[in-house]
Amino acid sequence: MKYLLTLLAGFASGAIVAAILFLLNPLTAADELSSLAVSGNRQMVLNYSAVADDAIAYTNNGESRVRPQPAAILQLWEPTIRNTEVTVTVLNDGRGVPAGLGIKFASLSESTRLFHGMANVDSVWHVYLPDRGSFVVAQRENYFDYLRDIVIPATWSSGKNWKGEWQANLTAGPGTLGTGEVAGGSGEFAGLDSEAVESLAARAYSAQTGPVAADGLLTIELPRAGRTELASDQP
Amino acid sequence: MPVVVKTFIAGLILGIAAFTGALYAIPAVDQHRENSIISVRTNGGNVERYRVSVPVDRIMIGAGGIANPVPVDLEWPEGDRFENVNVELFKLRNERDTVIGVASRVAAGSRSGEPVIEWVLHLPARGSVYATMSSEAGAGGVRTGSLRHGTREFSAIAGALAERWVPAAGDAGNGRIELEASFVRLGEDE
Repeated sequence: MKYLLTLLAGFASGAIVAAILFLLNPLTAADELSSLAVSGNRQMVLNYSAVADDAIAYTNNGESRVRPQPAAILQLWEPTIRNTEVTVTVLNDGRGVPAGLGIKFASLSESTRLFHGMANVDSVWHVYLPDRGSFVVAQRENYFDYLRDIVIPATWSSGKNWKGEWQANLTAGPGTLGTGEVAGGSGEFAGLDSEAVESLAARAYSAQTGPVAADGLLTIELPRAGRTELASDQP
Repeated sequence: MPVVVKTFIAGLILGIAAFTGALYAIPAVDQHRENSIISVRTNGGNVERYRVSVPVDRIMIGAGGIANPVPVDLEWPEGDRFENVNVELFKLRNERDTVIGVASRVAAGSRSGEPVIEWVLHLPARGSVYATMSSEAGAGGVRTGSLRHGTREFSAIAGALAERWVPAAGDAGNGRIELEASFVRLGEDE
């Protein structure tokens, strides 16, 4: 009996040691620099609040820590969509002026491989910018660093929250250089075939209610020729 | 070395191996799947039909100046920019009436050009489809459009999407939206 208890204690200790080594493994850190950062093409930036309460509408399965809002919105409880969340939000241009609307569908991805530091989400942005046009951004996002650096510390802290400065690119594909796909639909974006990267800057997180202060940023590469210069575009 | 220490070390190694093995082998995400209902077209390609029951499947409808937004407490952003934009979110069903995904429909009037009507269909276990529709509905109230982009299972495809509003008997406000997607994999016969 004594040896069995010792074996079990060793087993539990081993699992804890492995979990700590896994979380501290520097090889699983995501790239902080996207390939768009060194691109010579023009880029358009759209930013938004990543706090659900700031969105026009947000819904999920109703059991997650982030509550759907408005309160009366339909929840995604069916088995096929219970790992999905939908956000409708205002997208601002580089000066912080409302530029349009974005609808984001995000589902937990079966490409998730925690062993390799990948906590993936398959997401699609449906973007409409009045008087300019529309496009979609399809991407695979990796939230492993976000979970490791923010969600787990917030869950383990006595106050059940996290505060700090955290910024990282979330986009991890499907482009070979870790970029998302952009497909134009209408207006000046009709026929657009380009790349995009989404990044997140978090400042506060609650283990009970999710992001408290966080901003998302979509950086979309535009072809060099044939586009109108606008104040919201960055050279 | 005492036997108890050897036992603890053996347990430690087993624990590390078990945790690592479980992390490597056990899938962290397993999306629920429904069997696809696909018809094969005689001239090549596949057809899938989806439906949306209104108002049961309507998650959201927001637009400038709308009298009855869904949900009722929805706050639409102010400003001219958002007045002519209509955004709807739906749950998407297959022909067996099982929810298989979510969808967005954006309809917007343009000051300078053609009205915009678009769909994004998001099926978590399979991928997403983006389609732009024509501004005018054709015979039988069928509006057609073309697929602009697809992800995962729907990547490398071309095709068309058709939408049709079927009102419920005796109630023009309720009914269902029928969507028919025609997929042709690029590189095959079109």
